[in-house]
Amino acid sequence: MTIDVVGVSKRFKSFTALDNVSLHVRSGELVALLGPSGSGKTTLLRIIAGLDWPDAGEVRFDGEDALERTVRDRNVGFVFQHYALFRHLNVFENVAFGLRVRTGKDKVPDATIRAKVEELLHLVQIDWLADRYPGQLSGGQRQRVALARALAISPRVLLLDEPFGALDAKVRKELRRWLRQLHEELPVTSLLVTHDQEEALELADRVVVMGHGRIEQVGTPSEVYDNPATAFVHDFIGETLALPTDVRDGRLYAGDKPLALDSQGVADGPARLLARPHDVDLADPDAAPFAGRVLAVRTFGPTRRADIEIPGRNGPVVVEAAVPHQQDLPTGGLIGLVPRRYRVFNANA
Amino acid sequence: MSAGRQSLSFRQRSVIPGFGLTFGLTVTWLSLIVLIPLAALVLKTTELSFDRFIAIVTAPRTLHALGISFGISFAAALVNAVFGTIVMWALVRYDFPGRRIVDAIVDVPFALPTAVAGISLTALYAPNGWVGSLLEPLGIKVAYTPLGILIALVFVGLPFVVRTVQPVLADLDKQYEEAAASLGASRGQTVWRVVLPTIWPALLTGFALAFARGVGEYGSVIFIAGNMPNVSEIAPLLIVVRLEEFRYADATAIAVVMLLTSFILLFIINRLQQWTERRTTES
Ligand SMILES: Nc1ncnc2c1ncn2[C@@H]1O[C@H](COP(=O)(O)OP(=O)(O)O)[C@@H](O)[C@H]1O
Ligand SMILES: [Mg+2]
Repeated sequence: MTIDVVGVSKRFKSFTALDNVSLHVRSGELVALLGPSGSGKTTLLRIIAGLDWPDAGEVRFDGEDALERTVRDRNVGFVFQHYALFRHLNVFENVAFGLRVRTGKDKVPDATIRAKVEELLHLVQIDWLADRYPGQLSGGQRQRVALARALAISPRVLLLDEPFGALDAKVRKELRRWLRQLHEELPVTSLLVTHDQEEALELADRVVVMGHGRIEQVGTPSEVYDNPATAFVHDFIGETLALPTDVRDGRLYAGDKPLALDSQGVADGPARLLARPHDVDLADPDAAPFAGRVLAVRTFGPTRRADIEIPGRNGPVVVEAAVPHQQDLPTGGLIGLVPRRYRVFNANA
Repeated sequence: MSAGRQSLSFRQRSVIPGFGLTFGLTVTWLSLIVLIPLAALVLKTTELSFDRFIAIVTAPRTLHALGISFGISFAAALVNAVFGTIVMWALVRYDFPGRRIVDAIVDVPFALPTAVAGISLTALYAPNGWVGSLLEPLGIKVAYTPLGILIALVFVGLPFVVRTVQPVLADLDKQYEEAAASLGASRGQTVWRVVLPTIWPALLTGFALAFARGVGEYGSVIFIAGNMPNVSEIAPLLIVVRLEEFRYADATAIAVVMLLTSFILLFIINRLQQWTERRTTES
């Protein structure tokens, strides 16, 4: 089922949680909504589910207006951030809930419910927990129950709000792979909210990067990582080394020093040159466009990082640069930075 | 697991000091306030022979009084469980003009001297009172009947249900109801299958408190009840009657029966509560 969000805005009192958001999700896709906390991800997910209504805009499932239907009739599987399992019902009854509440001509016979729930518990690999209560489960097990419960209504849209947020790193990685597999097996379009970029990049077909209630960029994981559309995306995804510059007459300057670097068409004014740390070489300070003082060098595992203090417009800024293992870098000394691949953005953008 | 090990040793090393002191004070206090008076009560009845005791507590007047006290208290607690829940629901879930005033009014039965409540209710429901005069033509008599007792007990019991259940519903995250709705449950199904089971233990507590209060209630009932033996005489009143006749042992015999019955009923309710709670709380 395709999902179309068209020009959706949502305000809470005077605070704009979503500002004219538009998004198209293709049938069978797994899309991640990625953004810092408070960027409006949950709000957007809730509007798609029918748990909240937008102040303006449209939501369409397969082209049909979804806003005129309540959450009850949208047949959307929703996995809540904290699972929201019914504590007074055991695992079996939690999963069966969506089938038990069907009445009249939609009533599901007991035997069918039993078969369906057992099949789902098997699918999420917790058959042996059917008689337990949510209070007796680990976080990862609750997560699986929540998913099985959402899948019981055979939804064609699956919405997951930070599904792995409350789990420890190891379980997270394991469940992530498993969820991807599950998505492949089911005829479902999935939308997953996360603030964890690694999760989004690893799991999703496409990533929607959100910031301040707006969509900053939509693209495949490699698109948003390699070609960030905005400074926000560059900063948020992956590591970023930000160097202060100015654009004057279409040329880049570091302070008063003209640089032999491309201003990439950015308008005159203060700008920021953003690069991945591994795309910035260390060099002789006199020959490099940027130079600064080494404050500290850290080594952990395969990576080595140096804090380098660079003069900026409003006082010095500290950037974190990648240091090759063989290079000796005395603290307190001066070092030059030469960006190989970089993007220039207006500093106010 | 660890709870099991802890219970093996009576006293634990703990960062919270003062166990000995607080435990000692608790036992002393409970003894002085509750246990010793109860023991004295039981001791007093031993002045009676067993046959005499049985004769007193199985006298028709006694049985009627006990039946009225427990039966009507139970009914009143049931009424409160239903309507108290509705009041509580409105207070927690809706923001209406005057909500704070309604919230304050719920506590009035707590604070009002029960005799005052009894007199006002009697004035209201007497055949010539505001409400009583409306009911009279319909053939409904409230004052000086068991129905009057019921109304008085509903009045004094209301805050117990509201105040015990209110915080539980207020704490219930709306995501549970949203989850139910997203799974296709109607509003009614959500309340019945999700909300009620969650507040059920608290509701049982409120019910038990309202019931216990009703059994012991005296002041507000005696005015409206009319106190006709075998019809509208409550057990606490019968005890007072016996005391006024200087039949102290008779009075304590009835009291002991009340005590035992209350104890058994509260015990049953308590077990029910544990049973529902065990399943709903996190382990
Ligand atoms: N019901 C609400 N009332 C008021 N403000 C809200 C409400 N829900 C969300 N917000 C605000 O909207 C912003 C976006 O929230 P949310 O969508 O939950 O962000 P995210 O899920 O990306 O962390 C936050 O600043 C939050 O405080
Ligand atoms: Mg959120």
